Amino acid sequence: MTRLPSFRAILIWAALAAALVPPIAVAVTSPLLAWREPVYIVAGFAGVVALALLLLQPLLAAGYLPGLRAGPGRRAHAWIGSGLAAAVGVHVGGLWLTSPPDVIDALLFRSPTPFSAWGVIAMWAVFATALLAALRRRLRLRLRVWRLIHTTLAMVVVLGTVIHALLIEGTMGTMSKAALCALVVVAVAKAIFDTRSLILPARGKA
Amino acid sequence: MNSAPQTRRTLLMAGTSAVGVALATGVSGLFAPARAQGLAPTPTMRGGANNYLPGAPVVERIGGGGFWMTGTVLRAGDGAPLQGVRIQIWAHTTEGHERDPESHGATLTDADGVFRMEMPQIVPTFGQPHGHLAYDADFDGKRFETVFLRPVMRGASETSLSAHFVLRPA
Repeated sequence: MTRLPSFRAILIWAALAAALVPPIAVAVTSPLLAWREPVYIVAGFAGVVALALLLLQPLLAAGYLPGLRAGPGRRAHAWIGSGLAAAVGVHVGGLWLTSPPDVIDALLFRSPTPFSAWGVIAMWAVFATALLAALRRRLRLRLRVWRLIHTTLAMVVVLGTVIHALLIEGTMGTMSKAALCALVVVAVAKAIFDTRSLILPARGKA
Repeated sequence: MNSAPQTRRTLLMAGTSAVGVALATGVSGLFAPARAQGLAPTPTMRGGANNYLPGAPVVERIGGGGFWMTGTVLRAGDGAPLQGVRIQIWAHTTEGHERDPESHGATLTDADGVFRMEMPQIVPTFGQPHGHLAYDADFDGKRFETVFLRPVMRGASETSLSAHFVLRPA
């Protein structure tokens, strides 16, 4: 007999949709798109998608999403992590095609816009996180150590991404973008707090 | 020479006027034309030269117009206005990307060192609504040192932007 999803589960998924749909809808209907070429539009949206995926990661890691807890949740976390790294790659690659000198300035930390530096820091942290996840077995790190590094990198990703996003005047609406960024920060903080016994070095008692 | 003993009052007055002069030259050098002695040259801004296409023609306006880029060009040191100086302007506008040749145009300063260029509305690109301006020595007989500016608009709805050059003789 298959169980029907509980009211609580429906509520959680609806809340997640309510958090993600408005900022994406605002970006899709931005008047700025009319004056951008396709590669720039794709690059911009890859950034929006990456920010949206970033909200899912702590929720999956800590097992907050009904139907995606434990094993399935971890697999979804890994898949979305790959998607996140790919979205960042499309974002930076598309911007490079749109205006090479601006992206080179950003990558070399000599851009006049401070948000570029935060974006580049977040990018390297995303790539490092993905690499660490891909090499997890081969690295033979103790699980607790691996989790500590992974979580630390994740915090850099979130901090860099949120500052990067908030300082940009782009297709996302100011209010919906700020709300999404606040949710990402709260989700990460709660997930880390709730899973701290798995991350922090074991105390004497254990 | 008269060497009057320095009182607290003269010291205060001297200090106040020194600060005043420093503020006047420093602030006006950034934001407005100034004619003070020892006017410092404007440094090139980071990212100012991005997507520059040398040698855009002198035009009456760029594209359909509706937006104004204005500014002044003064000589470093004495602050004299410079006439007939070629300033090139480009930006991401409602009519094209920064890299599009049609987004570029040049204009010349008048007898007061003032330039005004009508161009299409600048729209935010790469996170900020901004314009680019160049004084390129190669197109002016190398009279002054090359300077690239990248002013940022206070908001995307602004319909004008200004940028000021203080050029160092080469």
